[in-house]
Amino acid sequence: MARRARSAVAWGVATGVALSLSACAGWGGGGIGGGGPNSINVLMVNNPQMVDLQRLTADNFTKETGITVNYTVLPENDVRDKISQEFTSQAGQYDVASLSNFEIPIYAKAGWIAPMDDFIAKDPEFDQEDILGPMTTSLSSEGKIYGQPFYGESSFLMYRKDILKAKGVTMPDRPTWPQVAEIAAKIDQAEPGMAGICLRGQPGWGQVFAPLTTVVNTYGGTWFEKDWTPKVNAPEFTEAVKFYVDLVRSHGERGAPQAGFTECLNNLTQGNAAMWYDATSAAGSLEADGSPVKGKLGYVAAPVLKTKSSGWLYAWSWSIQDASTKKDNAWKFISWASGKKYEQLVGEQLGWSKVPAGKRASTYENAEYLKVAGAFAGPTKEAIETADPENPGVQPRPAIGIQFVDIPEFPNLGTQVSQDVSAAIAGQTSVGDALDKGQQLAEDVAKRYQAKGK
Amino acid sequence: MATASATGSNGAAMRKAGDWARRAPLLPALIFVIAMTQLPFVATVVISFMNWNAYYPDERGFAGFDNYVSTFTDTNARSAVIVTIVLTTSVVLLSLLLGLGIALLLDRKFRGRSAVRTMMITPFLIVPVAAALLWKHALYNPEYGLFNGILTWIFGEGAPQPDWISDNPLLAIIVAIVWQWTPFMMLILLAGLQSRPLDVIEAARIDGASTWQIFTHMTLPHLRQYIELAGLLGAIYVVQNFDHVFTITSGGLGTANLPYYIYQTFYTAQDYGRASAAGVVVVIGTIIIATAALRTAFSLFKEESR
Amino acid sequence: MSTTTRPQAPGSSATPGDRLAGRTFTHQKPPRSHMLLTVLAWVVGLLFVLPVLWMVLTSFHSETDAATNPPSVFAPLSLEGYQTFFEANPWPPLLNSLTAAVLSTTLVLVLAFPAAYALSIRPVKAWTDVLFFFLSTKMLPVVAGILPLYLFAQKAHLLDNIWWLIVLYTSMNLPIAIWMLRSFLAEVPVEMLEAAQVDGAGLARTLKDVIAPVVMPGIASAALICFIFSWNELLLARVLTSTVAATAPVFLTGFVTSQGLFLAKVCAASLVVSLPVLVAGFAAQDKLVQGLSMGAVK
Repeated sequence: MARRARSAVAWGVATGVALSLSACAGWGGGGIGGGGPNSINVLMVNNPQMVDLQRLTADNFTKETGITVNYTVLPENDVRDKISQEFTSQAGQYDVASLSNFEIPIYAKAGWIAPMDDFIAKDPEFDQEDILGPMTTSLSSEGKIYGQPFYGESSFLMYRKDILKAKGVTMPDRPTWPQVAEIAAKIDQAEPGMAGICLRGQPGWGQVFAPLTTVVNTYGGTWFEKDWTPKVNAPEFTEAVKFYVDLVRSHGERGAPQAGFTECLNNLTQGNAAMWYDATSAAGSLEADGSPVKGKLGYVAAPVLKTKSSGWLYAWSWSIQDASTKKDNAWKFISWASGKKYEQLVGEQLGWSKVPAGKRASTYENAEYLKVAGAFAGPTKEAIETADPENPGVQPRPAIGIQFVDIPEFPNLGTQVSQDVSAAIAGQTSVGDALDKGQQLAEDVAKRYQAKGK
Repeated sequence: MATASATGSNGAAMRKAGDWARRAPLLPALIFVIAMTQLPFVATVVISFMNWNAYYPDERGFAGFDNYVSTFTDTNARSAVIVTIVLTTSVVLLSLLLGLGIALLLDRKFRGRSAVRTMMITPFLIVPVAAALLWKHALYNPEYGLFNGILTWIFGEGAPQPDWISDNPLLAIIVAIVWQWTPFMMLILLAGLQSRPLDVIEAARIDGASTWQIFTHMTLPHLRQYIELAGLLGAIYVVQNFDHVFTITSGGLGTANLPYYIYQTFYTAQDYGRASAAGVVVVIGTIIIATAALRTAFSLFKEESR
Repeated sequence: MSTTTRPQAPGSSATPGDRLAGRTFTHQKPPRSHMLLTVLAWVVGLLFVLPVLWMVLTSFHSETDAATNPPSVFAPLSLEGYQTFFEANPWPPLLNSLTAAVLSTTLVLVLAFPAAYALSIRPVKAWTDVLFFFLSTKMLPVVAGILPLYLFAQKAHLLDNIWWLIVLYTSMNLPIAIWMLRSFLAEVPVEMLEAAQVDGAGLARTLKDVIAPVVMPGIASAALICFIFSWNELLLARVLTSTVAATAPVFLTGFVTSQGLFLAKVCAASLVVSLPVLVAGFAAQDKLVQGLSMGAVK
């Protein structure tokens, strides 16, 4: 009967599909994808510089060395979770991961990542000396290097030269925060809808507290003293946060409590703000072709008060997992990705504004790069070179870090306190209350470290 | 079906053989499920009594009930419980109501009815994480999302451009999940509506019953089992919802539900002991509530056996 | 609302055959309220499908056009999003998802059918307890049990292996498949079973001639539901796979970046990743309805 025949065919097709899929699944031990034995697995965040890297790998790195690179690319929150799971359990699923100078000292102490000094010694072409000093320091632990930066950033103040000129205001060479607040007041609403300054307000230890901690540092405050006494509601910390919150509320952008990096970037590009204190990497987007504010911005060092410099330090870097069985190949990849030749490759094929900068001194001597990035290259390099991750403030610190405290509890602590600070920016709570709560949370964290006698 | 009527040991042996013959087909699935769910659960219970933080591997040890105490005293945990309850009940109730209304609309014959039904099913067929991304970035985003775009269209330059997610975070998540689950409820209730005995209803109508009376006294009671089923299935899945909370608000702004809280304790705090304790508490709580509901209010499991 | 009594149109009483075809009231409503309700139904349907239509439209715009306010409905169409998606090599994840979904669904059916048989046609004692036990296994949040599953996989070298996912998806979907199949099997007419027994038919014959016709739609709808839930699963896939066995939903999340525009490619990726489920759901709409309702109740 036709129905019988049809159902027989259906069963046949179904069985065939099932069998061939099983074959696919059996291939290569459990799935399609992945590469041969001469391959490495890399887990990284999906920032544009990494996406460019992914695109250029097959035709360059793989062709030269024969090593296939299998990438897993995820958004920042997801990738941080996967990285922490992978490295704490030493699962060996990935050989290289994009860690930052926050994770690397912690993972190094825990023995989850491999030291690189031997590889560096055998690879003179990599030229470790060319890597900017503060970068190397922040990626080392107990004298050994555990990570190589892919691209790095500090922070500085960006301002609309034309707006300041129109209002007859000059920007000092080394501004202080009170001076910046004055300037913001004078240029506020210079054009309709243009805020005097854009500052981050979004909750998150890496959002509002990145710039805010640097302000705290230069006002003489700190999260913890050397003996781990928390100082979150101390007078200096309080003064700094009050200053920041008042500045944002009086001359800052609309929607400040939710404004993060992307929002402020949009604000500056569209002319909704005249100044912006944030990452040096923002300049690349602001000066890109097609940006409405290209050529109109001036760049000056991060405002200070009681310290010589106050820019932060952050680098997306590569580390090799200690459980990896392919460390040699992993190093070859890192040497290529963070090497001088790769920067040249990106400059020639994708454009000089896309070069992953902020890590090598040689980048800032490259004439072609400077042609495109001349406006901000100098201030960027200076900001990174003057950053001091071991001594960012006026008092000694118990842990490394400028805009963070390099302990595993900090993301949780910083994010929780930042939520109250955001609320203060929104006017829903007072700075004093927010910091009192923060002090309690910091005391819980401090207990563990004081008990250890660290 | 045929019970052994023989007396004596012969009858007992036959009955036993019969019992085992009945159990045999059940065993593969039962053993599989026990292995795959109870063993991990036992492991989770064991870990919940340990002090295990991945950042401090030297401090692993027995912790007694400490993790359970912190689960109950931690304000974040308590808030996660409340959020879960609010989220689940709102989603289930809203989608049941909407589903019922739309099912009633679709129960009539009209032009393009199957087209409308196909349109209604579509939200359920979008991969949940894709749907969450769609709502967060393409609809809710205050700068280029569709909602604010429509407002600008209608009201021009000075249109209100609310930040949907930051202003009403939990509601934003609820709406996105309701969007996906209403088709599910609607399909079940529609089938229920279409299985009503029409002749009895016509008879009642002829006798002068109003539409409302027919609805409350005949349609709803008939639908009761379908409503229970839809609510139960929906609740089981929505309680576990993770994709939407993670994608839309990353658990911030007070929207962390229990799965997200457990995930955060695992991955941010790296406190495996406490996360496992929270998981055990969730299981026990859900079983208590489910048992209470199923054995009392629900008529689903009360059937004659064969 | 007063009703007008009219003689019933012929053939309006419910017959068993009407069950699955759409039936309606034959009672005549005044044309205006009928029109209003029809319009309302259309509006509601369009509102529900609007986000999906917007997703499709956005996926065919360029990135800058996709991010404008007010929305540029008539912007020139572009394949930029799809280009980026296909350049990122989506075939391994898509194939992995297909493998995991198909194989786990097959495994589910193989295990669920006999189990459902043992809970309906020749039920064990206390079958309601067994059914409740199966359902209770879905009450542990997956994320709470993830650590043991991850550690076991690590020790057994099953990390980044699609078979481990297949096994987990099977256990995830078994309870609901058993429940659905049981309801379908409970529909098998007792008289026919007893008649077949009297005729001396063996198990195979009984299965083929008496049970199969009733339960086939149930198997089809259970298969569809299991396929959909396996395809959609994200959390286990993200935690337990890396490069070899990554599935489509995990791959999709990789397109969301915090720097730069991504709306068009995320919409394109979402559409392609949801396509199999959409196609399956549309093609087997009736099975979906049957499975979710007539199967699972009664």
